[in-house]
Amino acid sequence: MAYSIALDGTTWRFPDLRDLMAKATPRRSGDELAGIAAESAVHRIAAQMALADAPLADFLSATFVPYETDDVTRLIVDGHDPAAFRPVAAMTVGEFREWLLSPLATAEALAALRPGLTPEMVAAVSKLMRVQDLVLVAAKVRVVTAFRNTIGLPGRLATRLQPNHPTDDSRGIAASLIDGLLLGAGDAVLGVNPATDGVQDYIRVVTLLDDIRTRLKVPTQTCCLGHVTTAIKAIEQGAPVDLVFQSIAGSEGANAGFGVSLALLAEARDAALSLGRGTAGRNVMYFETGQGAALSANAHHDVDQQTMEARAYAVARRFEPLLVNTVVGFIGPEYLYNGKEITRAGLEDHFCGKLLGLPMGVDVCYTNHCDADQDDMDALFLLLANAGVNFVITVPGADDVMLNYQSLSYHDALGAREITGRRRAPEFEAWLAEVGLGDGAGRLYPGAEPLAMRPALAALAHRLDAAE
Amino acid sequence: MSDGDDGALIPAPASLADLRRHTAARVALGRAGNALPTAAHLQFTLDHAKARDAVWSAIDGTRLIEALRARGLKAAGTASRAGDRATYVRRPDLGRQLPAETAAGLRTSLGPARIVLVIADGLSAAAVEANALALVDALAPRLAAEGHGIDAAVVVEQGRVAIGDPIGAALGADLVIMLIGERPGLSAADSLGCYLTFRPVAGMPDSGRNCVSNIRPEGLPPANAAFKIAWLAREALRRELTGIDLKEESAAELAARPAAALIEGA
Repeated sequence: MAYSIALDGTTWRFPDLRDLMAKATPRRSGDELAGIAAESAVHRIAAQMALADAPLADFLSATFVPYETDDVTRLIVDGHDPAAFRPVAAMTVGEFREWLLSPLATAEALAALRPGLTPEMVAAVSKLMRVQDLVLVAAKVRVVTAFRNTIGLPGRLATRLQPNHPTDDSRGIAASLIDGLLLGAGDAVLGVNPATDGVQDYIRVVTLLDDIRTRLKVPTQTCCLGHVTTAIKAIEQGAPVDLVFQSIAGSEGANAGFGVSLALLAEARDAALSLGRGTAGRNVMYFETGQGAALSANAHHDVDQQTMEARAYAVARRFEPLLVNTVVGFIGPEYLYNGKEITRAGLEDHFCGKLLGLPMGVDVCYTNHCDADQDDMDALFLLLANAGVNFVITVPGADDVMLNYQSLSYHDALGAREITGRRRAPEFEAWLAEVGLGDGAGRLYPGAEPLAMRPALAALAHRLDAAE
Repeated sequence: MSDGDDGALIPAPASLADLRRHTAARVALGRAGNALPTAAHLQFTLDHAKARDAVWSAIDGTRLIEALRARGLKAAGTASRAGDRATYVRRPDLGRQLPAETAAGLRTSLGPARIVLVIADGLSAAAVEANALALVDALAPRLAAEGHGIDAAVVVEQGRVAIGDPIGAALGADLVIMLIGERPGLSAADSLGCYLTFRPVAGMPDSGRNCVSNIRPEGLPPANAAFKIAWLAREALRRELTGIDLKEESAAELAARPAAALIEGA
């Protein structure tokens, strides 16, 4: 179906919803690289106005990526629940925005609506929202998941502790991990991005993480962010795998570029569930996404990068993950050019993921060839904290020495907690109090490592030295 | 600011200072309330400034070409279709393309050439300025010892890795050895990467290349990198391929040779 709008004597025409969405999306270098962006600022606003008038029901018959050749599209179309959709079925995209912002859209109403929403619908409405709108609506949405602790409860904010090392050196990983725990990080996951890609290295890393977790009795989960096929092999060899990780994207072709399929993800989830390691819940998957992934795999089908990102969330929600995070500024300035584009994209991703029912986290980050700095990260993080983000990534001093990019530091999370009053996962908060690191309300005590931690840390240090 | 018990700064516990032995990560920083101590904060901003300067710096192409000619190499300079740095970071596609007239010009002035050295700024001109000539000086005699010479050298501004493909194709090359500035991190802003591509043509997949990365004195020193690159070049020409089917096994040969031979470049 074609869309058009007349503005000041000019009629702007858009041949279909896919084109209308691409022209309506806020300015983004990746859409310009793909050659699908609006040609002028007025062109973009004309598209947004036409999109606001488009009926939400049009999305149920529109083609973004062909059904016949794309399993993500089939997942979206076949999984749509018309009964859940009914409350908003007669609205335009613009009216849907107003409904989301109104008191009618309560946490309960939004939860009931989830199975009736498609990724393209939530992407569309996000294009009509300002930053404050994206924060306001997302703040109403609650998605709670659990494995060894509970993530996403109201007033909570968790952190992934990311102790990466350029060569996966066990002592180097342990050093960053201890540092992060003593700064109160790690309730979302203790998660290493491996530099090495073998099964044996994967097993060594998850075993190390599991050793430290059990020795210090930390109520959290661990993860080596290797490829899903590596995780399956490690599980077969009896490795202590809590969460299975995988990068995913919004089309079958882009997922193939990551070396995964829906069937493979299902197999991995079954393997992780078979271990029965969760104590508080059974969410065993950890997914990473990010705008630009489908374009860089040349599998974006001329769909704008933000809509493709929302489609990745349809993949994620199928597998009931514990954690999903967009690595918003990681890929580079050819997709998100500067701090402004990263900020907007991070909030859009969080909003879309939450509306679709995902436990959304964000890697608030940038690379050095991007026009951004730590001030941009502070601004995005504080916006996300207010939007109710489930978790963020934290690394020592905000500098990842393996991936060569900058994220948030353990300190940044402490500061945001002080500013916003957000607390950690309850099980983790209780542990901090038990070992004498915190006061029970989530505030860290100043000074040295607590008495209760000393014997465990000393034993750990001894073991690491012995490994030299 | 005091380090004392009643000061504003909460130093990291003394026992944690040991953590720094094990990693270059910014561990055991202490804290000022719930924020970074001033010194750690400023050190981070300094390292970020260095990395940013590395990205936005330019190579002195003329000087580099003269230096290559002084070493007896046929050398020329060119630029990708990304006109400036701002375009370059936004448009990786343009950074991989060579204007058609430039290809013809290179063919006239340098071609044909069996082994072509390409030096591109990539994401760190600082890496090229700091390490490219040292690597060339270590590499040329190693290639010569195998009976191979660098037949032409091209210095490229605003170049991505794949721009070596149209350059190599224009010159009829059997092998392109590309040296390029890597994406800088805060702990290293001057790492050089090397990519080898056998009989390149435009549109080659990256799986058809071999890579040697982190070339800098504190990473993989140029002398050691030259050994690996020469090994890969020799095997690429002998087996007529590069990429995932050519696994670098130079370490075995290295172990069999006296260390002095490596250091002297013999």
